[in-house]
Amino acid sequence: MLSLQIFANGLVLGGLYACIAAGFSLVWGVLNIINILHGSFIVLGGYLAYYAYAKLGIHPFLSILIAAPLFFALGYALQRALINRMIAAPVLLTLSLTFGLDLMLSNGMLFAFTADFKKLTLDPPLGVLSLSGIVLPVDRLFAMLLALGLTGLLYLVLSRSRIGRAIVAVRMDREAAALMGVNVKRIYAVTFGVGALMAGASGPLLAMIFPISPLSGPAYLGKAFVICVLGGLGSVPGAMIGGLALGVVESFGGLWFGPEHAVTLSFTLLILMLLFRPTGLLGRAGYS
Amino acid sequence: MRSSALLAAALLALVALLPLSGDAYWLRLGTTMLMYGVLAMSWNFIGGMAGYPSFASAAFFGLGAYAGAVAQKFGVPMGLAWVCAGGAALAFAALLGLALLRLRGHYFAIASLVVAEVLRELVNSATDLTGGGMGLNLPVPHDATVASQAQFFFYSMLGLAAITFTAMLLTTHSKLGFGLRCIQQNEAAADMLGVNTTLYKVAAFMLSGAFAGAAGALYASWVHYIEPPDVFDVLYSIKAIVMVLLGGAGSVFGPLFGAAIFLSLEELVWRNYLQVHTGVLGLMIVLLVLFLPKGVFARAVPRTRKKP
Amino acid sequence: MSALLELKGVTRRFGGLAAVSGVDVTVGRGELIGLIGPNGAGKTTLVNVITGVHPATSGTVRFDGEDITAFKPFQVARRGIARTFQIVQPFPEMTVTENVAAAAVFAGAVRYGSEANAEALQHLRFVGLAEMADKRAASLTLAMRKRLEFAKGLAMRPKLLLLDEVNAGLNATEVDHALSLIRAIAARGITILIIEHLMKVVLSLCTRIVVLHHGDLIASDTPQRIVKDTRVIQAYLGRRYADAESAGANG
Repeated sequence: MLSLQIFANGLVLGGLYACIAAGFSLVWGVLNIINILHGSFIVLGGYLAYYAYAKLGIHPFLSILIAAPLFFALGYALQRALINRMIAAPVLLTLSLTFGLDLMLSNGMLFAFTADFKKLTLDPPLGVLSLSGIVLPVDRLFAMLLALGLTGLLYLVLSRSRIGRAIVAVRMDREAAALMGVNVKRIYAVTFGVGALMAGASGPLLAMIFPISPLSGPAYLGKAFVICVLGGLGSVPGAMIGGLALGVVESFGGLWFGPEHAVTLSFTLLILMLLFRPTGLLGRAGYS
Repeated sequence: MRSSALLAAALLALVALLPLSGDAYWLRLGTTMLMYGVLAMSWNFIGGMAGYPSFASAAFFGLGAYAGAVAQKFGVPMGLAWVCAGGAALAFAALLGLALLRLRGHYFAIASLVVAEVLRELVNSATDLTGGGMGLNLPVPHDATVASQAQFFFYSMLGLAAITFTAMLLTTHSKLGFGLRCIQQNEAAADMLGVNTTLYKVAAFMLSGAFAGAAGALYASWVHYIEPPDVFDVLYSIKAIVMVLLGGAGSVFGPLFGAAIFLSLEELVWRNYLQVHTGVLGLMIVLLVLFLPKGVFARAVPRTRKKP
Repeated sequence: MSALLELKGVTRRFGGLAAVSGVDVTVGRGELIGLIGPNGAGKTTLVNVITGVHPATSGTVRFDGEDITAFKPFQVARRGIARTFQIVQPFPEMTVTENVAAAAVFAGAVRYGSEANAEALQHLRFVGLAEMADKRAASLTLAMRKRLEFAKGLAMRPKLLLLDEVNAGLNATEVDHALSLIRAIAARGITILIIEHLMKVVLSLCTRIVVLHHGDLIASDTPQRIVKDTRVIQAYLGRRYADAESAGANG
């Protein structure tokens, strides 16, 4: 059945999307900062995996393990050094700041890697899986499972570990958390680092499936926006639901309107959600 | 108000003398600076006065560019096409404003940012009307020479900048401007005092849209060829904001000074660091936001006290 | 003479919780009503419903003969209801004069222009803030900001002034000053409804006291009778207060 195939495609895509958005949503929910760099981090992670595979034969799944600590460090340092100064500044300034940083990063990548799209093709290819009439490429399936696994890991960290709970506390009530002895500045840096980690780690997964170029950063960022609005801010389950929803919407939208309109469709959905249900599908309140 | 108007007139006279230099390069630079000035001033209505972080400038600019270009394609004379484009952007801003202006902070910023993307796609798809991805050519008048065209567009942009500045000056000293300032300071309190916040915000957004749209239409006629990614470029939104930040939001001359400073820097960077110029722009923005968020003149010049 | 403000069956729900439930209240011209009750009783919510910040879930609000239930805050302001905030809300970067002028202009009392400034100065003199006229509102002390709130309210030339905890955070001297100000305002013929915790203020000032408890209106009477009302004592005042009052009255 076509619908079921499209639905399955959507879910696979959605799993990846959830991973992309989880870190972004966390940073927005906890620091109240929209990290425009997020899309470029994803692309950078993708390039890392691409060159690791092309030059060193390192499998992209392994690249995730390399990317994770690197990006965490990058995010942590960036937040501590620059972004922390603007933490209570108006939206205009924080958004401009991360925009400016993103321009620098994406220009840097353009310079280093050129705008040509690069595709990480696994050799030998992993083939397809046929499940009662539904066809799923194995690489996508694995990527989705890993993405979900990563997202699930994030959820566990947030709910079980001390630092995770501190992050959630800061998200709920920064002052109360500070009164409880949480070092809010450090948590901000850690959270930003986690956000960067999630982006950098999803890069290799995406690189396996989609061609990458410094120009594709904004597209991923756009998806992260939509997912945050769909799923609510700062919540990993929300990112999961939003991601899956977006994946399914894009799949069916691609079928009905043509794949070139996927982005427009998701942005129109974003605007409609903002107008009629800004608290997200689950109705959780976010920062205004 | 008097001193501002006099200073403006003096500067206007000075700038108007530029074409006498006869240098095409300076003329082009001047025209671009004036266009940037219009963009900055148009953002100032919604971003500076009302305090809403709008990233919609690119959407209005692009809409105006295409509205003007398509009108000209259908034979509407250029000047009238520009007015129609401004009108189209005004109407669009009214509808968009009614929808978006009840959002605050980040949500408003993102929604306004995303509008440009949606418009770009729509224009891209409407190939019959707009030429889609292949772009749109604008008619060139037969009796034109390069030099006369350059002069003509310089003066047209100068005229638009003068009109925009006048509108901004009048608004600042009007009840609308007063109300917008109240909204920017504390919207809930303004509401309780009797300010019709929806009306005022939408009015500011409409002014913002109309002038940015007119600038787009002029731009399209000036460059004679436009395509969607060119005019719906999100950088126009960023630049408008950066220019006002540079010159100091909330001052009457701020946007214009910011535009002048920004263009000078941009041109310098373009000529010397072409490959990395967006990166350098990014660096400029970062430095500006971190170290000079109140603008270049923050300590030097006290804000002109606006008296009701 | 008809009542100035009439609330009939006003209910306001937030989700499943009724913050205010079936409130009937009438305020006559020239009255000085005290609105008291424990925290969370719904006092501020009631004021928010009257001023249109939260539309009533059910019931009607009539003001000066007009149904204003569905009015937005700015419309209510222009009809002649002014309101101060518990947590003061000035326009921080604007001068004190501009703050008051804004109130005068947008509530429809004066035209925009130099007239507004002159009007503003008058009200500033009345509340004793004239020397601060050109200072930024953000630079004022709390007591001064409260007086600024008064001035803004007055500048709106209201028929009804709603005061929400104007004395919170003020010391005894400042409270006395506020009291005399309120009496002076009442003497000008402005009807006042004051939300207040300090019983001494309410008892000395008000012509009538209305008591809210858990969103219900449990009593509406003169101060002398309110302090003896058993429901009010149970809900809010407490036995010892009531005994002390009656001992004072009898002794």
